[in-house]
Amino acid sequence: MSDATLVRIRNLAKDYRRGSETVHVLHELDLDIPQGDFLALMGPSGSGKSTLLNLIGGLDRPTSGTIEIAGQRTDAMSDARLGRWRANNVGFVFQMYNLLPVLSAERNVELPLLLTSLSAAERRKRAAAALSLVGLSERAGHKPRELSGGQEQRVGIARAIVSDPTLLLCDEPTGDLDRKSGDEVLQLLQALNQQQGKTIIMVTHDPHAAACAKHVLHLEKGQLIREAA
Amino acid sequence: MKYLHLLFANLHRRRLRTYLTLASIIVAFLLFGILQTLRMALTGGADLAGVDRLVTIHKVSIIQSLPQSYLGRVRGIDGIRVAMSHNWFGGVFKEDRNQVVTITADPNVFFDVYPEVKLPDDVKAAWRADRTAAIVGKVTAERFGWNVGDTVPMRSNIFTKKSGGSVWDLKIVGIYEGGDNQTVYFHYDYLNESRTFGHDDIGWIVTRLRDPNQAPEIARKIDALFANSSTETKTSTERAFAQSFANQMGNIGAIVTAVASAVFFTMLLVIANTMGQSVRERTNELAVMKTLGFSSTQVTLMVLAEALLLTLAVAAIGLLFAGVASVGLGKAVQSFFPALGMPHATYAIGAVVAVLLGTLAGALPCMQAWQLKIVDALRKA
Repeated sequence: MSDATLVRIRNLAKDYRRGSETVHVLHELDLDIPQGDFLALMGPSGSGKSTLLNLIGGLDRPTSGTIEIAGQRTDAMSDARLGRWRANNVGFVFQMYNLLPVLSAERNVELPLLLTSLSAAERRKRAAAALSLVGLSERAGHKPRELSGGQEQRVGIARAIVSDPTLLLCDEPTGDLDRKSGDEVLQLLQALNQQQGKTIIMVTHDPHAAACAKHVLHLEKGQLIREAA
Repeated sequence: MKYLHLLFANLHRRRLRTYLTLASIIVAFLLFGILQTLRMALTGGADLAGVDRLVTIHKVSIIQSLPQSYLGRVRGIDGIRVAMSHNWFGGVFKEDRNQVVTITADPNVFFDVYPEVKLPDDVKAAWRADRTAAIVGKVTAERFGWNVGDTVPMRSNIFTKKSGGSVWDLKIVGIYEGGDNQTVYFHYDYLNESRTFGHDDIGWIVTRLRDPNQAPEIARKIDALFANSSTETKTSTERAFAQSFANQMGNIGAIVTAVASAVFFTMLLVIANTMGQSVRERTNELAVMKTLGFSSTQVTLMVLAEALLLTLAVAAIGLLFAGVASVGLGKAVQSFFPALGMPHATYAIGAVVAVLLGTLAGALPCMQAWQLKIVDALRKA
């Protein structure tokens, strides 16, 4: 593996059981993603995009094959170790934002930091900095229901970056947003990639969103069919 | 501590549901506290009973009297240190609502039978010297504002006097502490010589033993002494006697336990339902927390902590209300239970019950949280 490769996937396969039937979602997939890349994963529904994203993020286990991220075999980690690894290395951005509705924007952003040994003051400071980065300092005390969809997604991005992860995994981050809000989110992701060097893998159906990425990868029926610059 | 805001925020998720659940738990613990208070009031006598004393009553019931001659025959049994008779007087002070436990005794042996009742020697002598003298428990004296030297007109709701009426004037010579702290004791002879019926009868006999281990054997000997007579006896330890006296209106402990168990079982279902709904509603959020790196243990403990926070905090409020209510209840039934109050142990028992309730109610939601698969939960959302 070259020094520049952050994610290295070999012979990755994922099967699901549906009743007596076995569904092959991913087939013998090989993939290298360099550090600092902004990769868009495209493909029709059921092509395996989200499954691949979940496997890279350690939310699911492969049926076979290996996943190596920054030199660590995540497919071989225990659940507890995988959880700690996620907390330290990966930020997740979801299509439906997935903020905790009972917490303010600031408390939502602070959530991953509860797993650290930081003091309450330091947690607040970092959450405020992350919110400032996404341009939502003035909305820190608002609950998710008091925010627009675009603002909620920006809070989601602030939560994803607050613990300064290497890798950002975004599952249809603009899928529930209008064009204007979607563009704001995409600009934010581009800035994080270009200015802070975050490696971003983004699942999307939207060619406009994919155009913001440095590379686009197409999946169809669980196989990598085309790679475009 | 850093998760506390998260726990409170989750409890505020469905405010109406949370408040209704809280109210029902408060009522349950309030009821529990009051039931414990009543149980203590009705059975507390058993706790004060001496381990080395026997009580002999008529075999049919304590209402039936015994011949005075029995006292001398009981005193003759080996192993008995001292024996004394009592008579129920049924005292009323001025008004019917002022019921006072009033019992006859023999001042010459009283303090040998009840060594826990403490009075100075001059007071004991004064009681022996005056046939109309009486000693009064501190609680009762404070209740009516009686002082040493006062003469109180005590009406019997059982006996009448040969001279007419049913009021015996009792001169208070001592106010004691120890024992039940509420009974009025006066001379048997004073009652016996002036009552219109039941002359030379006694209510029951209390004996103090040399060796408490001989209690079963001596009890059998006493009852054997009067077997096949027209007035057979039943002898038991003072504790068993006090318990059976309380149980005349039913097995108080069993009734209280049954009612409290039913209430708490219902509470268990209510809290489990609340917690179950709460966890089901935020399956997605728990999955997000696991995604962010929270372990299954941390998420599960958080759910358990919510259940415990809910039950413990609210149980404390319920028991505090019960403590206040027991004071009010005590005033309302002061005539019958002068020393009524919620036992301190109720708080400890309540805390244990609250922890058990919280743990049991949280068990199923905890299991759901533990087993939650991130990908499945996020997909369902």
